[in-house]
Amino acid sequence: MEPLNALVSLSNFMLIPALAYGSQLALGALGITLIFSILRFAHFAHGDTMALGTAAVIGGTFFLQAQGITEPFGLPTALLAIPFGLLVMIAYLLTADKLVYKYFRKVKAKPLTLVMASLGVMFVTNGITRLFMGVGETRFEDGNRFLFTVREFRDFTGLAEGMALRSAQALTIITALVVMVALFWFLNRTRSGKSMRAYSDNEDLALLSGINPERVVMITWTITAILLVLAGTLYGLDKGFRPFNYFQLLLPMFAAAILGGLGSPIGAIVGAYVVAFAEMGITYAWRRVFTYLMPEGLEPTSMMQLLPVDYKFAVTFAILVIVLLFRPTGIFKGKVL
Amino acid sequence: MKKLLLASTALAFSAGMALADEVKMGVLLGFTGPIESITPYMADGAEMAWNEINESGMFLGGQTITSVRADSTCVDSSAAQAAAERMISSDGVVAIMGADCSGVTMAVLQNVAMSAGIPMISPSATSPAFTTTESNGLFFRTSPSDARQGEILAGIVMERGFSDVALTYTNNDYGAGFANAFEESFLALGGTITSKVAHEEARGDYSAEVGQLASAGGDALVILGYVDGGGSMLRTAYELGAFENFFIGDGMYGDEMISAVGEALEGTIGTIPWAEGEGADRFHAMAEEAGVQGQSSYTRESYDAAALLALAAQAAGEATPEGIAANILNVANAPGEEILPGDLARGLEILANGGEVNYVGATNVELVGPGEAAGSYREYVVEGGEYVTVQFH
Repeated sequence: MEPLNALVSLSNFMLIPALAYGSQLALGALGITLIFSILRFAHFAHGDTMALGTAAVIGGTFFLQAQGITEPFGLPTALLAIPFGLLVMIAYLLTADKLVYKYFRKVKAKPLTLVMASLGVMFVTNGITRLFMGVGETRFEDGNRFLFTVREFRDFTGLAEGMALRSAQALTIITALVVMVALFWFLNRTRSGKSMRAYSDNEDLALLSGINPERVVMITWTITAILLVLAGTLYGLDKGFRPFNYFQLLLPMFAAAILGGLGSPIGAIVGAYVVAFAEMGITYAWRRVFTYLMPEGLEPTSMMQLLPVDYKFAVTFAILVIVLLFRPTGIFKGKVL
Repeated sequence: MKKLLLASTALAFSAGMALADEVKMGVLLGFTGPIESITPYMADGAEMAWNEINESGMFLGGQTITSVRADSTCVDSSAAQAAAERMISSDGVVAIMGADCSGVTMAVLQNVAMSAGIPMISPSATSPAFTTTESNGLFFRTSPSDARQGEILAGIVMERGFSDVALTYTNNDYGAGFANAFEESFLALGGTITSKVAHEEARGDYSAEVGQLASAGGDALVILGYVDGGGSMLRTAYELGAFENFFIGDGMYGDEMISAVGEALEGTIGTIPWAEGEGADRFHAMAEEAGVQGQSSYTRESYDAAALLALAAQAAGEATPEGIAANILNVANAPGEEILPGDLARGLEILANGGEVNYVGATNVELVGPGEAAGSYREYVVEGGEYVTVQFH
């Protein structure tokens, strides 16, 4: 039973939270990678647009709750409000593209100029979000909070250690999986997806074969909007909505995209899970797990923790620096879809 | 020309006279920032005391106290110092009721008040650091030090039979000071602290912090923080099954806590500075009459701080910083006639006649050590979503 207890304890405190966090990062990093490979710039406004999209979903949730439409099958009401959030986000991103990025594309500005422009969009978006939501925390999770609680699990299995699975975590992991499969299907099987890949591979050749660039750009923003709203809503359901935390997600999301190889969707997903597990694993105190695993008399006396929990972001940053130094192309050598 | 000169001199003179009738005292509180929701009531509490004194007409032979409000921001030391400097140099306050949060209070005390020689009475700075800081006899507080609360909380935890506990605190002056005080007392009582982890406010996810505490084990978790971070820690620890028993400090008391944390809070035991008795009852009645929210946090302490400043000036016979600073301990402690809220006029009269007063006020003021409240604490337990008093310490 000892190894089982170790596994349950590890899952409860590290594996499940890291899996959920990794899934949220993966959805975000996919957006970054898409924009990078089609529009060819690093989208700095990613975290804050994610916050704005989530804010729209929260607004929709509160409206639905006020109408008495709540908790479909015990699931969070926010799921019903996602279509509204999507519409707002698509409209917002397309407007931002028309007002800001389109001009820079037309004059064939350097990527760095576009990055700076997206920095500007980031500040504006951030301001809009705070105007509506304030800077404090908003909780919008409802429905059944748990699939099973620690106490239920313990009573059911009779183990010494317990494990909880929150609905938001399960929802995140499942949704992320479905979205990833759908995205790959779209990119590889549909006409629009193929035209996106062609455009990202060789812009001139794609134009010559009659692909409408503005249409490709529009589809890219639309897909990004879907990814952003889903990632943001799932993150908010799991951890509560606070604009500043979304801004802070920018670093791990970029680290994930760069680690996997900018422009490679599969890389973004792998990168996201590596970043999430590294952040959690390196700052996790392994003492309890090893106490179960080691033979009697050899139990660890220290906390067996590589870094204090405050250094989570430092871990991400270190990953980013190491990748850029030793393998700037990332694990999957990105650049094209 | 001669007439004009004469007239303007007379005017200047009379203006000078008018100024001499008015004593300015500062109210330096965080009207913006993390505690902006409670500071307006604190300021109202302080001004309630001064209004009572002004109405009596017995303050220093008929002078009146004018309140000068300024923003300490609670967190930005440089802004708080600038506000205090402006109060002292341009408004000419003789004493300050404030500041509020421990960090800015320390900054204002050391960088502004001590060089200007202006006395301060803080209603809410509870960091143990003030006990050992040399203030040249200028700093007082009507709230007790967290060192005392740490001691009381450690006793409660021990008494309930938990000798192995994990400890987490919010990462600032308040949290660290409180945690050290608790740890010291708890170890002295023979307990063991399995792990001591700081947590930040405003994070989305606290499972890593909780994971570390759980890994170290312990029978109970002691959380010294605020509703935001501390409340999230408590809920996460409960949901992950890391701990079943919780003890919390005063920063986490409030209805907000119950609505934010919910069932996880059930059975949690905590402490909070609490005044009971005739003084508190009288204060609440007066506050209600004056339309002031007397039940809010630290309003009683603010009233007492303001009243002490005025009584000290009366005892000195002059509204000067030196006079006030030298007389605060005399009016606050025995011997003398006991003064409750609403009795300020009687206190002023006794002092004017050369007598002595022992200001009791709304919080049973008794200044100990370098001039801080001894304090009484309420031990409560959360039962059925309500705070139920266990006993007073």
